[in-house]
Amino acid sequence: MTYIAKPRFHHPGLKKNALGFTHRDYEGKISTLCAGCGHDSITASIIEACFELSIEPHRVAKISGIGCSSKTPDYFLGNSHGFNSVHGRMPSVLTGANLANRDLIYLGVSGDGDSASIGFGQFAHSIRRGVNMTYIVENNGVYGLTKGQFSATADRGSKSKKGVMNTDNAIDLVAIALQLGATYVARSFSGDKRQLVPVIAGALQHKGAAFIDVISPCVAFNNHAGSTKSFDYVREHNDAVNRLDVITGRDPITVDYAPGTVQIVEQHDGSRLALRKIDADYDVHDRVAAQAFLQKHAAKGQIVTGLLYVDPEAEDLHSHLNTVDAPLNSLEAQDLCPGSTVLDKINASLR
Amino acid sequence: MPEQAPISSVNDFVVRFANVNGSGSASANELFARAILRHGVPVSPRNIFPSNIQGLPTWYEVRVTEAGHLGARGGVDMMVAMNPQTWDKDVAGIEPGGYLFYDSTKPMPSSKFRDDITVIGVPLTAITNSTYTDPRQRQLFKNIIYLGALCALLDMDPKLVEQLIGEQYKGKEKLLSSNVHALHLGRDWALQNLKCPIGLRVKKADKVGDRIFIEGNSAAALGAVYGGATVCAWYPITPSSSLADAFAAHCRKYRHDPETGKAKYAIVQGEDELASIGIVIGASWNGARAFTATSGPGISLMTEFIGLSYFAEIPAVIMDVQRAGPSTGMPTRTQQCDIIACAYASHGDTKHVLLFPEDPAEAFEFAATAFDLAERLQTVIFLMLDLDIGMNHRLCRPLKWDDARQYDRGKLMTAEMLEEGRDFGRYLDVDGDGIPYRTLPGTHPTKGSYFTRGTSRDRYARYSEEGPVYADNMQRLMRKFETAQDLVPRPLQANAGKPTKYGVIYFGSTAPAMDEAIGLLEARGHHLDRLRIRAFPFHSSVASFIADHDFVYVVEQNRDGQLRTLIVNENGIDPVRLVSIVHYDGTPITARFIANAIGDHQDHLKVTPLRKAVS
Repeated sequence: MTYIAKPRFHHPGLKKNALGFTHRDYEGKISTLCAGCGHDSITASIIEACFELSIEPHRVAKISGIGCSSKTPDYFLGNSHGFNSVHGRMPSVLTGANLANRDLIYLGVSGDGDSASIGFGQFAHSIRRGVNMTYIVENNGVYGLTKGQFSATADRGSKSKKGVMNTDNAIDLVAIALQLGATYVARSFSGDKRQLVPVIAGALQHKGAAFIDVISPCVAFNNHAGSTKSFDYVREHNDAVNRLDVITGRDPITVDYAPGTVQIVEQHDGSRLALRKIDADYDVHDRVAAQAFLQKHAAKGQIVTGLLYVDPEAEDLHSHLNTVDAPLNSLEAQDLCPGSTVLDKINASLR
Repeated sequence: MPEQAPISSVNDFVVRFANVNGSGSASANELFARAILRHGVPVSPRNIFPSNIQGLPTWYEVRVTEAGHLGARGGVDMMVAMNPQTWDKDVAGIEPGGYLFYDSTKPMPSSKFRDDITVIGVPLTAITNSTYTDPRQRQLFKNIIYLGALCALLDMDPKLVEQLIGEQYKGKEKLLSSNVHALHLGRDWALQNLKCPIGLRVKKADKVGDRIFIEGNSAAALGAVYGGATVCAWYPITPSSSLADAFAAHCRKYRHDPETGKAKYAIVQGEDELASIGIVIGASWNGARAFTATSGPGISLMTEFIGLSYFAEIPAVIMDVQRAGPSTGMPTRTQQCDIIACAYASHGDTKHVLLFPEDPAEAFEFAATAFDLAERLQTVIFLMLDLDIGMNHRLCRPLKWDDARQYDRGKLMTAEMLEEGRDFGRYLDVDGDGIPYRTLPGTHPTKGSYFTRGTSRDRYARYSEEGPVYADNMQRLMRKFETAQDLVPRPLQANAGKPTKYGVIYFGSTAPAMDEAIGLLEARGHHLDRLRIRAFPFHSSVASFIADHDFVYVVEQNRDGQLRTLIVNENGIDPVRLVSIVHYDGTPITARFIANAIGDHQDHLKVTPLRKAVS
């Protein structure tokens, strides 16, 4: 839906990452979303995270469902294959893609309508199965493309732009992801890029089901007084439990942290996360406590953000299925077909 | 004494076993069918079972047919009535002059029998209880004891049954000897107390040849293994679940790396049919060969994704084991009723490739071919099985595989081709066959990536809502479908012994009954040319076959004549020229049914010259 071609030239002094790529190499087409849309900030954060991690763009498969959020994969990583699939069905398409080639990075982008309503089942089951992916929900509490109906993440008692009160209970996707066994769970806010970029980078490096709920205000339909997903409301009620830094490579940690405030989490693949604690009592490895913490704070009207849970020894669907190391899509007839001699034996056993 | 003379027939009769499901009768009954095969006499067995696990009636019907008629025949010559629940109906269903075999441990009032049949009572419970004390053993061995009695009554060679038991329990000596013991208990009792053999007899012949005995679902699953499927996503639904189970079983045997023990396949039981087809489409988009197995209700659920596969041009294979619909319908009864639903599945203008195997051997071949076609045509391919083929053992030619065969991965643009500077337009028709090139994710750092979507786009995969751009793409999809005509299995024609103005079109599991019906019709003086359709889109020979005949019967197993509708619609045929012969009560179609329906119609056409009529 992009009508304006993006100019290719860029400043020669642009910063390059370890692969020699600049920011521009991680961009996509020009966004067609509304000016000020929270989703565009998430797009920018994904670009930033991929740049910082020096990911080869074409080794990422970006998959989405249908909706405003699901359009965004066209706006980042222009050299990656993207798949704007069916409403609510991103998780199954991503699961299949992941089974076919375990060597790519899978980035699923979805919205609250896509994941909490029509695709609630697929969201749940992809998490249950431990698909190795980064699953981002760009959560604005409304259906944007169809002009402002409540979604299932809209808080009970919040008001629509037209003044209608939502009487249904809200679904907290983070709470459900925790319950279903996601091994990396975070919540962030599109208006807090400092928090969001490392949260995405940590998820991309996580080998397992990583789920990020990003509150992303809809400037067109859900940014008014009475909304609990507006920029103002989220800023006032944001309760960050920690700040995350992703340490790339195995270089010594150079950032100067005050003693006792930082916890280093080493993940299975050797990547490291440095967590600066804001809430001293919050334990990022305690799934049960995290669930209780979320509920307690939600009852007080607070939106808990940060890295909420991580299991550094996570397993994924491929390890559960004990699949071969080579991507399944690389196997040829000689690897897969038992051949005529075996078939003759099978025939003989059927007489 | 029966008033009717007892039926006397060698190697040509139908035995039906009436059982309670969950009683362990299935394996004994299958043993009976296999034992007859070992006599060199073809059999065609069918399960008739409820959508239930324990306690409801099931039947197993074995047609013994030296002539090799593998369709259902209709009628029962011998009823093995082991289920009191269905006794009255079972007894009523026996052909006049037929035989009733029952457990005579408890006396039955004479009103429960018929005068025109031969009643054979064997005190099965008494024999079993005097030999076994364990309740489970009693139940299982009772089945083997009646098998032993049947052996004597039908003059079967007990050594052949023993041999089969030996193969089944190889390495489990205790089970082996106790089964053989039970077999002889029944046989000896019958020999000592009954007049053996009866009028129905099995005589050694040499009519089986090298044919194999396999269920269609297992054969199709094996076709998927040979065809290179690596991803299977499915949701349990009768009658397709055994296909996914068989794929898992075949993969456990043939698809593990001998060194690492790791799996060269991934099977996911989805949370529903939507997830199953989504996984298949995701995997195929990413270059793996993937399939799902389902039945009618699953097809209904998958239709949105099927449209995506068509429009975004992503390979997928769906194996539809059809059952009687609509809605939940009759989940354990057979029909060919998803033809229209699959041919035009999804909203908007869509058309899909359907393959119609006639038996397990073709199910194997077509299953493997489906993956080549899916990648070649970059679209969904339906393998149209049904319960009759899928869940029954069928005698068929041995499965064959050419080791020189390579998988046709279709038009895949590689990194090398992109490096050479080849123009890549994901929806660009470079060869005039309507099939564009595709790239797989991760192919090249800077070339060949594109955004896959279900929305309309131009030849270079850029979003577009321009009318001419949309129409251009839709027309190319039509060209692609025309290309498919020459890639799919062609119809097979068999002409009558003498020139005829009449033809018959049929497909899938109707084949054996149709082949047999031709003989019955010829005996009535009606000669028909036959055309067995094996795929949609229809090859041009379908239209010419219709043009070559005054009119053509279309025989199928659904109410509405769905294949006929498809032929009329796709080939612009005058509907008057196609006479619908439909069978849709959920039982497999029989030769008798076809011959009667076509014969009656043909009789009306016979104009007897006036002179002859008055003379």
